[in-house]
Amino acid sequence: MAYSDKVLDHYENPRNVGSFGKEEEGVATGMVGAPACGDVMKLQIKVGKDGVIEDAKFKTYGCGSAIASSSLVTEWVKGKTIDQALDIKNTQIAEELALPPVKIHCSILAEDAIKAAVADYRKKHPA
Amino acid sequence: MSIDLKQDHFSLFGLPRSYALDEAALEAAWHGLQSQVHPDRYAHLPDVDKRRAMQWATHVNEGFRTLQKPLSRARYLLELAGVDVGAETNTAMSPEFLMEQMEWREAVEEARQAAEVEDLEQLHTRLLRHARAVRAELERQLDVEHDHAAAADTVRRLMFIEKLQHEIDEALLALEG
Repeated sequence: MAYSDKVLDHYENPRNVGSFGKEEEGVATGMVGAPACGDVMKLQIKVGKDGVIEDAKFKTYGCGSAIASSSLVTEWVKGKTIDQALDIKNTQIAEELALPPVKIHCSILAEDAIKAAVADYRKKHPA
Repeated sequence: MSIDLKQDHFSLFGLPRSYALDEAALEAAWHGLQSQVHPDRYAHLPDVDKRRAMQWATHVNEGFRTLQKPLSRARYLLELAGVDVGAETNTAMSPEFLMEQMEWREAVEEARQAAEVEDLEQLHTRLLRHARAVRAELERQLDVEHDHAAAADTVRRLMFIEKLQHEIDEALLALEG
């Protein structure tokens, strides 16, 4: 199957790969996995005192589409409040990357990673 | 000769509907059915019979493949019980499990990059042992406890484990090849 140019771009030059220190202020982690393909994705967000996501990092073991999806969402969540980040839908990710139907689950994984990271943030910082 | 395409695969091969499987019995039943529905036997018959025989043969082979492998057998049992494993949609594995998977992947990647065949072989052995334990758990959940929700979770875990096994095998092949 041919990857789209955008998937290839993110796959070959992934943005924001890596991890934050777990104890860093405002850092929350979302871990998700897709049984169908065995992909594992870790998304970390660093939230400022104003509730805006200052930075994001990811580590994904999976196919090109899964890596591209997580790379893309690290770019998208930056500058958003955690509520705005929750508005990112897998369909937007799939559309941006022109994912074929068999790779839609990669975009679902990325959306769920955002939700998991936000849930972790809220757990650590109850309103 | 006629095959009921609606019966489940266990009935097709005359086996009890359970995860524990008599592999020899499955194999023998498969060979028996296969020889009865083999398209060659129908070569002299009209097209409509040939097509039906082809359908039977495909069904028999599909049933065999589904029951033969532990993971697909477990998924099929859950499907019969009306439980969706959610392989495509259920991404909420326990964080501990996912962390562990992440660590396995990191170890495999490091060993691959450093061309450490011995490390990869050790990972391979450890993972086989782990997979055996998880399959034993699955057998208990499906055949003894009939806990479908727990079994579905174990099936999802096993899917990750099999993928990982595949990756280690590939890394070993690449290094040894």
